[in-house]
Amino acid sequence: MIEFLEVYVKYGSQWFPRMADAALVSASLAFAGFIVAFAIGLMLSIFQRSPLRLLRFVATIYVVVFRGIPLLAILFLLYFGLPGIGVTMSAFTASAVGLGLSFGAQMAEVFRAGLEAIHRGQREAAIAVGMTPLQAFRFVTLPQAVRIISPSMLVTFIVLLKDSSLCALITVNELMLEGRALATEYFLPLNIFVAIGVFYFLIAWPLSLLARTMDARIRAKQTRTL
Amino acid sequence: MESPLLQIKDLHKSYGSLEVLKGIDFSVSKGEKVAVIGPSGSGKSTCLRCVNFLEKPSRGHIILDGERVGVKPGSDRLMSDAELAPQRAQMGMVFQLFYLWPHLTVLENVSIGLRKVQGVPSNEASEIAMDMLEKVHLGNKANTFPGLLSGGQQQRVAIARALAQRPKLLLFDEPTSALDPELVGEVLNVIQELADEGRTMLLVTHEINFARDIADRVIFMDGGVVVEEGPARELITNPQAERTRVFLSKIEK
Amino acid sequence: MLDKIQHILIALLGGISVTISVTLGALIIAVLLGLLLGVVRSFTKWKLLRFTIDVYVELFRNIPALAILFIIYFGLGSVGLRLGSVTAAILGLGLIGGAVLCDVFRAGFSALHSGQREAAIAIGMTPYQTIRLILAPQAIRIALPPLGNYAIQLLKDTSIASAIAAPEIMFFARTLVTSTFETTLIYICAAGIYLLLSLPLFRAIQSIEKRFGVGR
Repeated sequence: MIEFLEVYVKYGSQWFPRMADAALVSASLAFAGFIVAFAIGLMLSIFQRSPLRLLRFVATIYVVVFRGIPLLAILFLLYFGLPGIGVTMSAFTASAVGLGLSFGAQMAEVFRAGLEAIHRGQREAAIAVGMTPLQAFRFVTLPQAVRIISPSMLVTFIVLLKDSSLCALITVNELMLEGRALATEYFLPLNIFVAIGVFYFLIAWPLSLLARTMDARIRAKQTRTL
Repeated sequence: MESPLLQIKDLHKSYGSLEVLKGIDFSVSKGEKVAVIGPSGSGKSTCLRCVNFLEKPSRGHIILDGERVGVKPGSDRLMSDAELAPQRAQMGMVFQLFYLWPHLTVLENVSIGLRKVQGVPSNEASEIAMDMLEKVHLGNKANTFPGLLSGGQQQRVAIARALAQRPKLLLFDEPTSALDPELVGEVLNVIQELADEGRTMLLVTHEINFARDIADRVIFMDGGVVVEEGPARELITNPQAERTRVFLSKIEK
Repeated sequence: MLDKIQHILIALLGGISVTISVTLGALIIAVLLGLLLGVVRSFTKWKLLRFTIDVYVELFRNIPALAILFIIYFGLGSVGLRLGSVTAAILGLGLIGGAVLCDVFRAGFSALHSGQREAAIAIGMTPYQTIRLILAPQAIRIALPPLGNYAIQLLKDTSIASAIAAPEIMFFARTLVTSTFETTLIYICAAGIYLLLSLPLFRAIQSIEKRFGVGR
């Protein structure tokens, strides 16, 4: 155990800056992916509530397909597969798009749950005071939904951040790839991958705690009014 | 004179600095029906829940059939829930909100205690459970799930479940106060029938007329103490204490 | 074209048995571990035990699966604890799943009304009987839909095991790519196989939700 920790004392100053740089890449990758996922999720949830059958159908198919396909398959397809038909992207772009496509389906579910959680009476009351359905959505349903879903959005972001580690497999030089590079350089895979794990943990865990606090606060508020 | 079946001596219960029970003493003899009445917040439900230790008393004695409940003999150590199980099995409890188990059929709700607690073989347990359901006039509902029953029916199943324990004492915690008014009658009728069989009952209720008709003795509680107790008809028609009078006049129809 | 697809599918099918065994193996570990942790976390009075479980859950829920597989396969392998890639994948995904399902089962238990427990101990059940006969069956029922979602996620996550060379579908796809040039088609076929495998799980969740979701 002591020996194990001594390794960090010895190499820490060499490893830490490289891991920290790579962690920044991971973070920006996660942000980029999340923005794409947010946009796709919002679009899908609008489709799901559309009066047009075709749009609802498209949304349903999208969610089923992308919830059933592993992120890794999507990443490989985008980065290694698409060049075969003439579409070339940088590894980072392919990763952001892949994360966005995959998590877009999850975001759609998050939005849907949020909108469904708003009591029907809220919309009815808005219409009763003379709002149009669009105004009711814009001023009554949506603001409440955004508040309700913010914890689950954060949780989705955390999962996305963890899954961004898979982008190492399509050569994005993020945290996990840096770990593999270090592991081959120093022949200390246990120390290095544990350190990588700690890096992810230190980013993800505070966010998890925050999500839980937000959720508890929202639940406490919700029980007070319908 | 024979010693009473249930004795409650100097019962105290506090939640933090809030003292809910401030020294309760009374007893119930074998075959006797005792009703506890009082305003909400008087501590009457807490008192009942202390009898089978669903609430741990802060101080005092509960003695059932000569045996101290919830405390290890020869010491002051409180029993764990596992150690309490055999004592609780001697008392049947009927809750305000029934608490039937939704994943079990009506028959299983009644028989599971026989099988798992009393160790009765499965066939026999089902037969006894069926008898108990007949007693509460629900033999025809044996194989349905509780969620499909009305509140009154659910409460009757809960009564059958308590009866299946062959308890020395039946505890009722406001058995009709969660029911729609038109369903109260069927539950009270069943309780009346049990009373007529000579069972020992301790009943917390807000149905004053029912308490008067069914109980031998009524205890009026307020503010965590017993204000007054006496023969049912006498106490309700002619209360002695001022607080009892005020309470009864408020709920007079 | 159809010829090619047929050829690819046949090649990829070699990975299906490993994909399914990793999924099932990890699922079994996850359910047993998650149920154990969930029950203990919900009912133990021992603070240190609750704290230990919390640490376990937080660690495994906030570290990427790939990192955990690398730690187990490359890391432990380097200090003499050498596991096969399939074993390492089952173990790693199972340990993560245990943390996920611990939370799922805990939520199931805490959704139950306190009266359910009170009614059980009032008829003389011991705490163990109360959990086994009354609380756990109801909590598990509540946990079924999230459990199904977890199973779908797990099926997809087994593809990560290709990174430690476990010969499952994605590994076969990656190998096949190096010997042919049908990259696009191969990954589309692989995605299709995962999708087909997950569809019955989707169905199962829907029917479970229909059966237990309403009117309880």
